[in-house]
Amino acid sequence: MSKRIVVDPITRIEGHLRIEADIENGKIKDAYSSGTMVRLLEEILQGRDPRDAWAFVGRVCGVCTSIHSLTSVRCVEDALDITIPPNAELVRNIMFCTQYIHDHVVHFYHLHAMDWVDVVNALKADPKKTSELAQSISHWPKSSPGYFSDIQTRIKKFVASGQLGIFSNGYWGHKAYKLPAEVNLIGLAHYLEALEWQKEIVKVHAIFGGKNPHPNYLVGGMACAINLDDVSMINAERLAYVGQLLQDGKDFVEQVYIPDLMAIASFYKDWGAIGGGLGNYLVYGDLPTNGYRDPSAYKFPGGAILNKDVSKIYDVDLRKDDEVQEFITHSWYEYAGGDDKGLHPWKGESKVKYSGPKPPFDHLETDKKYSYLKTPRWKGHAMEVGPLARVLVGYGRGRPEFKEVVDKALKDLNVPITALFSTLGRTAARGLESSLTAQWGLDFYNQLLANIKAGDTRMAEMSKFDPATWPKSAFGVAHTEAPRGALGHWINIQDEKIANYQLVVPTTWNASPRDSKGGMSAYEAALIDTPVADETQPLEILRTIHSFDPCMACSVHLYDEEGKTINRVSVLGD
Amino acid sequence: MNNEIIPKQPTYYEEVQRKGYSRRDFVKFVSLMTAFIGLEQSAIGKVAKALETKPRMPVIWLHFQECTCCSESFIRSSHPIVADILLDKISLDYSETLMAASGTQAEAALKNTMTKYKGQYILCVEGSVPLGADGVYCMIGGKTSLQILHEVAEGAAAIIAWGSCASNGCVQSAKPNPTQATPIHKIITNKPIIKVPGCPPIGEVMAGVIVHYLTFGVIPELDRLGRPKAFYNKRVHDTCYRRPFYDAGLFVESFDDENAKKGYCLYKMGCKGPTTYNACAVTKWNGGTSFPIQAGHPCIGCSEANFWDNGRLYERGSSFAGFGIEADADTLGKVALGVTLGAVAVHAVATNFGKSKTIHEHQAEGNESEHELES
Repeated sequence: MSKRIVVDPITRIEGHLRIEADIENGKIKDAYSSGTMVRLLEEILQGRDPRDAWAFVGRVCGVCTSIHSLTSVRCVEDALDITIPPNAELVRNIMFCTQYIHDHVVHFYHLHAMDWVDVVNALKADPKKTSELAQSISHWPKSSPGYFSDIQTRIKKFVASGQLGIFSNGYWGHKAYKLPAEVNLIGLAHYLEALEWQKEIVKVHAIFGGKNPHPNYLVGGMACAINLDDVSMINAERLAYVGQLLQDGKDFVEQVYIPDLMAIASFYKDWGAIGGGLGNYLVYGDLPTNGYRDPSAYKFPGGAILNKDVSKIYDVDLRKDDEVQEFITHSWYEYAGGDDKGLHPWKGESKVKYSGPKPPFDHLETDKKYSYLKTPRWKGHAMEVGPLARVLVGYGRGRPEFKEVVDKALKDLNVPITALFSTLGRTAARGLESSLTAQWGLDFYNQLLANIKAGDTRMAEMSKFDPATWPKSAFGVAHTEAPRGALGHWINIQDEKIANYQLVVPTTWNASPRDSKGGMSAYEAALIDTPVADETQPLEILRTIHSFDPCMACSVHLYDEEGKTINRVSVLGD
Repeated sequence: MNNEIIPKQPTYYEEVQRKGYSRRDFVKFVSLMTAFIGLEQSAIGKVAKALETKPRMPVIWLHFQECTCCSESFIRSSHPIVADILLDKISLDYSETLMAASGTQAEAALKNTMTKYKGQYILCVEGSVPLGADGVYCMIGGKTSLQILHEVAEGAAAIIAWGSCASNGCVQSAKPNPTQATPIHKIITNKPIIKVPGCPPIGEVMAGVIVHYLTFGVIPELDRLGRPKAFYNKRVHDTCYRRPFYDAGLFVESFDDENAKKGYCLYKMGCKGPTTYNACAVTKWNGGTSFPIQAGHPCIGCSEANFWDNGRLYERGSSFAGFGIEADADTLGKVALGVTLGAVAVHAVATNFGKSKTIHEHQAEGNESEHELES
């Protein structure tokens, strides 16, 4: 007889996520993922200036900040056929890499680590042994016995004060925690260090985009003009600052994040066989090296993998009517033509309609509609998006940089490649791509310097900024690889205004409810067969869910209130 | 605050000592925060004394309709002791972003603080509350955000409304506001509420607001709109380093043009600095690194109520209803916000262009001097 448990709120994520799971014989037999907050931003976008859209959709998420803004300006540039200057592409790429490192490090230490690291157990560690261990895995200078002893003393007194703050009611002492006390102490020390470090790397966003979170973007390029002879423009001092920040960022990733990740993973190899889920992976690709319109030269190649077969990578086309579609069978929306059909985003239409239980409630009606997330499918398949998908597609496409980091990690951990299809693999892939993007950020930075040295200081292409130059009707589509996975925006511009704006967001792919055939999306599928040692302390559920790094604010949105059908227009030319 | 309620808690000074900071570091931090709070230097002793003797304060941080940019901004606060004290030295008993526990354990932690420290905890709210469809657009643990807000606000000593969502509804309340996203002060009317608007607010400003309350046990002085005067009493326009270019009538005409490369005023690019009250040009962002105008983009006015519906991003202020010429930018803020901050000087266009001429003359002189040096 199975027992239904509810975890709500799921903490250490962005936004509001509820998981209901049926436990039988110590394992998850069935699972339901529900997004419980909605803001309906797509409706708010209608009738507005397309050049302003980046600011609105930027506010979809403050954790994956900048990513929606980037996709939005690309989307409008696609609709209006604007090619941005090379420097603007490079600045956007540098900001992208910065975002990755920041987001992934914060995720690992502040959102995910406490699933693996027992903070209270760290108090039992021997500082001298901790120091030896730390120095054996990394050259990071903060590693003396005194340093670890100070951290420990501070936390001991903190715990003794009786107010545990964010550590209150954690699952400390749970038998699923497997790390030696010394590794726990290293994890705890680096939790605090990462908190200090993360505020530094984002200064790259402040230099190019004025602030972080929510830096400023611009349709046509970037607003940060280059002038080596002006104190307040992008000059040698500003560029040197960026270079220093990127180098410091890379050092932290290589000397703190990656060694910690590998050390912690080595004690949890059994999680290399848990939480795999779908085995289907989807990547749109990003980081152009020859302009956004040349996907073949992306640092992150796009593609799809089915049934864990990394030897065959399928191409993906966001414009094709039968590839990306969204279903609402189990979502709190209505389609004019019935709720069992899937619709391509350009034809997207629906109305929000809550039909769940009246709050306060104990359980959702999981056999009916149970989430504010729609259910995206690629050619009918449920797909996982995110770091693991990117690393697998890069690997499957035979990209040397990906092969190198993946093969090394597998060798160091002494696990087979199949271990990647798991909760552990997902968490490891996030680290591996952080080490790649940390280096790529510096590469793009050096290219920017070379361009400026060669006399190219252009940062924005403004010839089509004036709405008077626009066609009466224009359609655009753009994509990126957000830290959490494949992200697409679709726009329809009529008479200089937004007629329709749609987003299909990574967490929507991963966290959505079942489709019209009852097929699960990534979260639900990954939870099946996960062991739960103590159903009152569902630590294992958090491990798998956090391995996806949920971002719920992103994943929920609404289409056209009137249920207008937007016909796909052939002028786009596939 | 009654000290007897939480007898055994370490004070701030004990906390920073424990962390290995010296008395000197502590005084330095106090001086900085004193400056942030906008007090006279003579108050440093008072702040230090307060931090040395006040026990730690429980904080509950709720999330409703938001994007978590406020939490992210908060952890960007640049002074190390600030980050320390505010992240783990206040007792952050409930924070969905950072807390270890989930589900029932998280709810238990919330309840514990609500009962044990009734009337004494600070409630921080990030996000707006949707009133549409009986509140079902935002639910946590099977309850609506409206119900949760009422329950938790009841025992709070004070409420801090973080960011534009909680202060004025922000993006989800932009027209047509489909979920009826509502700011906190329109729902809770019997508690002191500090509004800290911005999308997000600056991290150091957030830290400054909390420290003020912890230090004096009273909320900072607020302006007519409920914002801390210290950070919201000046317009970005009045504190902007590009202001002389505005006064001189020197404007960017198009992004990345020659004038943009010279750092001229962004007013014609739609800058909302003249109608926006915030600390961006003084405190700056991300540890004083930069702010939007410095990075070449006009201010979008993100700390002003309804900024999403106050005209388009790249639209000049002159196309706001009722304003015709640049010189009116000064009155624009006053009229639009109904704020009177004493006499604000109105710059005459004629003198502006007079100054413009002078600047051009200086530039010409400078060029001549350069040629002389070269030859």
